[in-house]
Amino acid sequence: MKRHLAQVATALASGSLFGFGLSLSGMLNPARVQGFLDVFGNWDPSLAFVLGGAVCVAFAAVQLMKRLAHPAFDASFHLPPKGRIDPRLIIGSAIFGAGWGLGGFCPGPAIASLSLGRLEPVLFVLAMLAGMAAHDRFVRGRQ
Amino acid sequence: MTVYLTSLLGGMMIGLAAALLLLLNGRIAGVSGIVGRLALGIDRATNLAFVLGLVSGPLFYRAAFSAWPLVSITAGWPLLMLAGLLVGFGSRMGSGCTSGHGVLGLARLSVRSMAAVATFLATGVLAVALLESFTP
Repeated sequence: MKRHLAQVATALASGSLFGFGLSLSGMLNPARVQGFLDVFGNWDPSLAFVLGGAVCVAFAAVQLMKRLAHPAFDASFHLPPKGRIDPRLIIGSAIFGAGWGLGGFCPGPAIASLSLGRLEPVLFVLAMLAGMAAHDRFVRGRQ
Repeated sequence: MTVYLTSLLGGMMIGLAAALLLLLNGRIAGVSGIVGRLALGIDRATNLAFVLGLVSGPLFYRAAFSAWPLVSITAGWPLLMLAGLLVGFGSRMGSGCTSGHGVLGLARLSVRSMAAVATFLATGVLAVALLESFTP
């Protein structure tokens, strides 16, 4: 019970820091995201620093993780496989990227933007949840 | 502060958030995965706490800088909803999004995530180029 509470508190802290970082970084602004993807037009490379900064810090955490037997509040690490590339991964990522470019939102910034009191993020997130549900119902369900 | 510096600092905070979740809870801070599991009712309290934290991020930003983060949305709502559908469907099918594959996948030197990131960057660039070609 105590451990569960610690997990919930960690998730809350991590989510808040994540949302603050997204707000500071410029990722909440779809026009800037699209400017970053506009390689053939008026390219704005600044958002590459978001990914660069995030990956560097996360890389250090991954190195630290390798020295730990288990995380502080759980018996083991829960990590997805990292080896095999399959058609689902590539087709899914291609569809995801198309949506990311068209709207300028990916899941993290879209959800963080819900607190801005604007209608667009709400519409986007509802559509995103419908897309997830559609996948789980029609694609995953058939396997 | 220049946009490069705020982008770098913001990125490092995202990395730190991912580090916290990884080292303390042993979980990947992948937003599409967390939202997906929340929708399916898996680890409800923990995943809900992360999502609530994420939503509160801009409020902390507002408290710190007395201004909302800049947001300029170019897409009209039909296009935005199409984009949302594709993002939701694609992130589930591809097992991750910009955070899971982009931040943690690359940090773990995962070949799967490298392929995913290269793919969604390519189609993202293509989608924006397509949009640009339709805008006068």
